[in-house]
Amino acid sequence: MTPTHSLPRARAQAGRRSLSGFLERALPRLVVAPSLAVALFFVYGYMLWTFILSLTKSRMLPQYDFAGFAQYARLFADERWHVAATNLVVFGGLFVVICLVLGLVLAILLDQRIRQEGALRTIYLYPMALSLIVTGVVWRWLLNPGLGIQAMVRGWGFEGFDFGWLVDPDMAIYTLVIAAVWQASGFVMALFLAGLRSIDDSLFKAAALDGASLPRIYWRIVLPCLRPVVFSAVMILSHIAIKSFDLVMALTGGGPGYATDLPATYMYVHTFTRGQIGLGSASAIMMLCGVLAILIPYLYSELRGRKHG
Amino acid sequence: MADMIRRRTPGARLLRAGLYALLIVAALVYLMPLVVMILTSLKPLDEIRAGGLLTLPQEITFEPWIKAWSEACTGMRCEGLSGYFVNSIRIVVPAVAISTLIGAINGYALTKWRFRGSELVFAMLLFGCFVPFQVVLMPMARTLGWLGLASSVSGLVLVHVVYGIAFTTLFFRNYYVSVPDEMIAAAKLDGAGFFRIFWRILLPVSGPIITVSVIWQFTQIWNDFLFGVAFAGFDSQPVTVALNNLVNTSTGVKEYNVDMAAAMIAALPTLVVYVLAGKYFVRGLTAGSVKG
Repeated sequence: MTPTHSLPRARAQAGRRSLSGFLERALPRLVVAPSLAVALFFVYGYMLWTFILSLTKSRMLPQYDFAGFAQYARLFADERWHVAATNLVVFGGLFVVICLVLGLVLAILLDQRIRQEGALRTIYLYPMALSLIVTGVVWRWLLNPGLGIQAMVRGWGFEGFDFGWLVDPDMAIYTLVIAAVWQASGFVMALFLAGLRSIDDSLFKAAALDGASLPRIYWRIVLPCLRPVVFSAVMILSHIAIKSFDLVMALTGGGPGYATDLPATYMYVHTFTRGQIGLGSASAIMMLCGVLAILIPYLYSELRGRKHG
Repeated sequence: MADMIRRRTPGARLLRAGLYALLIVAALVYLMPLVVMILTSLKPLDEIRAGGLLTLPQEITFEPWIKAWSEACTGMRCEGLSGYFVNSIRIVVPAVAISTLIGAINGYALTKWRFRGSELVFAMLLFGCFVPFQVVLMPMARTLGWLGLASSVSGLVLVHVVYGIAFTTLFFRNYYVSVPDEMIAAAKLDGAGFFRIFWRILLPVSGPIITVSVIWQFTQIWNDFLFGVAFAGFDSQPVTVALNNLVNTSTGVKEYNVDMAAAMIAALPTLVVYVLAGKYFVRGLTAGSVKG
């Protein structure tokens, strides 16, 4: 399967013709080869390397004394990892579902021949252009109990208003959901809007002639057409959720305590600041497994869809 | 599409008013953090402490912006964000240029000069879009050390190029697939070679996709935090890392207005690009996600 497969024949011909002719034929492979080599080393090689590290006793520095799956056993016995993994399920689940619902609703509302649609779209989508660090810094300020939204609403006369989630270990994880939804829901809206625009108008008119009500048309006809969009959106959003690192670092720093740790921050803290490279590598491999668990069914259905379609 | 609610009955009008009201309220909610960020960055500290997140500043001051740019403390140093802003530019410009160029050549070779296994090569490259970067952090740190690139701007450029190629190749491949093969075949018959065809036929029609790729890579790399915090040294930290340090540095009084000004400074380049070229930004987002 490697590009060198047909080289002998090419070389024989080149001997008869010219060197430049040979170069010309090999050129497409030659220009792609460096990128392939880079991917083989920096992506696949590193995955293997991290996996090997996760099987060693590495602490401050990588070393290669084989330790079997001891690091994985430690990982699963670690209370903090359980918090991080549970947080990912809560954060990821809420983030994906809320983004989907909000994105779909906004897209449907925007798809009603709205004046100034372009301006509104721009407003819904701009957070996606920001760094998650900026998002984290802003929301940390907004959610600051003393001077942020809580103080503002109390200042309006609602003295009992309580919104101190950021400093509440039980609620802090939801502040991540709020900030992440603010950042990404406009993007989901854009995806859905593109999907809506690609649906044939005649489908709509036919259903309307049959006397179907508007909500019914959306629920029965439009939504099923949008299934591929929902699928890609879920795929991208869960990918964002698993990778979430910046937002946690800027918004909560993983705190209070380690109440808002996610696997990404767990991995970083153990690998780079706590001198537990073996354990950190094991957690990185678990994250990879998480991504693959989402990716493989997605690719499978994509490939199948292509064959049938 | 939905002509049904455009009928001019009173009920339909009410519905339409409600629709606009909903959309505008949603827009205000999305805008609120940005507005608060700007307002706070222009207020003196005592006005902030008096409360009122959304109140207009009584006296506008640019002091926080100046301080965030040139004096605020990021960890041990107190030189503001300016140096880190420059670092980000020094990382972004070469990384965007190189990764876009490589992506263009790859996309061209993989669509117009298909060879045995070229689809497999593409699939293997594509996986780079999905790999969680936590898996590559530790090996990359070691590799950069061996190459003598640890804690350097060049090291960060290398990292961003390596993990950007997957995306740029995807963009260009999907774009070049739709360029008619007949044009290439005719040029080949005329004796034009690999690079000549690329230069004369593909490149002139590549404007939109180059824009998409440049904007995508620019936002990704400018907004990167993970690679910056893991691989940069004191002299090569990008602006996102410096912003995070600035906000977490506590030297006596917490200056919220300076924090917000710093956040605005870090956000402005990508915001400006988004406002100027939003169409291409959206196209990159969807192309990078909805596969090929």
